[in-house]
Amino acid sequence: MGSVTTSHDMGLHEEQLAGRTQQRFFSATEEENFTYPWSYEVDFDKSAEFDAASMEITDINLKIRELMKSGVGTITVHNPRAKHSLGVGILNRVNLNFEGSLGYFGCGVIDGPNVHISGRVGWSCAENMMAGKVVIEKNAGSLFGAAIRGGDLVCKGQAGARVGIDQKGGTIIVGDSVGAFTGFMMQRGRMIILGDAGDNLGDSMYDGTIYVGGKIASLGVDCVETEMTDLDKRYLEGKLSQYGMAAPNGVENMIKLTSGKQLWNYDNLEPSEKKLVL
Amino acid sequence: MCGIAGLIWKGGVTSDIGSEMTQMLQALKHRGPDSTGFALYGKANDDVHILRFKVAEQEEMKTGFDIHRQVIERKAAVDMRLEELGAEIIKKEDATEYAFRYEFKFAGDLKRLIDFIEDLDGVEILSVGKGLELIKDLGDATVVSEQYGLKGFNGTHAIGHTRMATESDVDIRSAHPYWAYPFNDVSVVHNGQLTNYWTMRRDLERRGHRFMSNCDSELIAVYIADRIDRGDELEGAMRRSIDVIDGVFTYLVATADQLGMAKDVMGAKPMVLYESDEFVGLASEEVAIRSIFPREIDTWDPYQGEVKVWAA
Repeated sequence: MGSVTTSHDMGLHEEQLAGRTQQRFFSATEEENFTYPWSYEVDFDKSAEFDAASMEITDINLKIRELMKSGVGTITVHNPRAKHSLGVGILNRVNLNFEGSLGYFGCGVIDGPNVHISGRVGWSCAENMMAGKVVIEKNAGSLFGAAIRGGDLVCKGQAGARVGIDQKGGTIIVGDSVGAFTGFMMQRGRMIILGDAGDNLGDSMYDGTIYVGGKIASLGVDCVETEMTDLDKRYLEGKLSQYGMAAPNGVENMIKLTSGKQLWNYDNLEPSEKKLVL
Repeated sequence: MCGIAGLIWKGGVTSDIGSEMTQMLQALKHRGPDSTGFALYGKANDDVHILRFKVAEQEEMKTGFDIHRQVIERKAAVDMRLEELGAEIIKKEDATEYAFRYEFKFAGDLKRLIDFIEDLDGVEILSVGKGLELIKDLGDATVVSEQYGLKGFNGTHAIGHTRMATESDVDIRSAHPYWAYPFNDVSVVHNGQLTNYWTMRRDLERRGHRFMSNCDSELIAVYIADRIDRGDELEGAMRRSIDVIDGVFTYLVATADQLGMAKDVMGAKPMVLYESDEFVGLASEEVAIRSIFPREIDTWDPYQGEVKVWAA
């Protein structure tokens, strides 16, 4: 992890909340936040595979867990047949390959694994991913990478509506077009869309960056185009080449979008106190 | 939540769509266990109409002794009224004690005949068509399919629905698909909620359309029927519906030789599409399409506001 930059260092908590808050501050150390004491020691050279065609969803997920427990670091699942909720809740480093398509909620709430899916994924893939890498060779459904906090999420085909809604970190890359409300209320992180974007792109985004290679149907509220810097171009070229992808018209012709911050109307008062003042 | 599915074999190819749709809907059972409905399209013939109707709800059959006598009386009354207006009944089949399938020949005003039959207390026509057969009942896909003997039903296209009742009761009249009364061979399934239901319903009722249930999905069938009546093509009617109908919805419409899908502008309800040279399959979840194509296939989500129509 190297040096850890916490949100405190970035000055995100400078505003003082006068009232009661649900938020609990703690100082993050690498030991506390980036390892799980109960995670399994796995050997990536040890590999195993199994056929999921006639297995129940729970059994498939338990089987993956059992294999990790026995030290297997490279797992291949054949015939997932678009079943829902496969590969969820894996808080471990592991190479996981799905030879086929996943249904809804595939690879949700994961931290660490390196997932490759040779088919397609349904709605809400890699929702709330903390770290790791998920690469999908074909198309993705709506809510792709909703609320992810870290890691790389790559779809080489097209994705549905509301891609990266509430994204809080990490990188989402889509090789083709995306649907409406992509990047809705995005808070941080980067999104790279090589194809066209649907209506209301980046609606009400707080922060973060969206790069678009194709046409944009319409921008959402407070999403503005900004200048591409050399750093952006170097970043895009580097990131895309990692996954063997390229912008159709070159990275220099991509459009960069960020928050206009016109909706940033924060103050120091809790809603209950606001009533007293008014 | 509800699950919807549709399939169409292109180029006039026929297949055992009864079994195929049963498998698809069984895979979607978790989206709605309350009732299951099928709209199956067999090879259309020129002069014979197929009538599917029921004379009681499943729940009524379990209560009281009188109902068993009543269903017989109601059925006899239907027979009488059919004959009175000059329809020639060719074939009668009892699907269940309360649901029947008739084949009849009729040359006159079909709407008048249908209105005359439905005027009977407790009688609801599920569908009238030259290819369409609409079957719906309580239970999951396998139960309904076995009850009505749908296995081996040969045809070109079909739509189906598994229902989780959210807006109205669990009964056959609120189950999907809906037949676009009084049009031959038009049926609709829907997943979602309509928010301007009452406004639009009042408007359509003023134009003389009939509503059998309080289920919002029925509105789509009536609306499409109204637009076709006013001279719209199916695709045009569906495009217009996206602007006019408020709410979140994905719906499928089938006619004698077409299958169409429409998605609302928010894209809030799911739909997975598989298209090859000979076949198109649509479902709320990919598992349904995989239940008939276990091999690897390429699928995608149609976008918000999209309307697509395929011909058999």
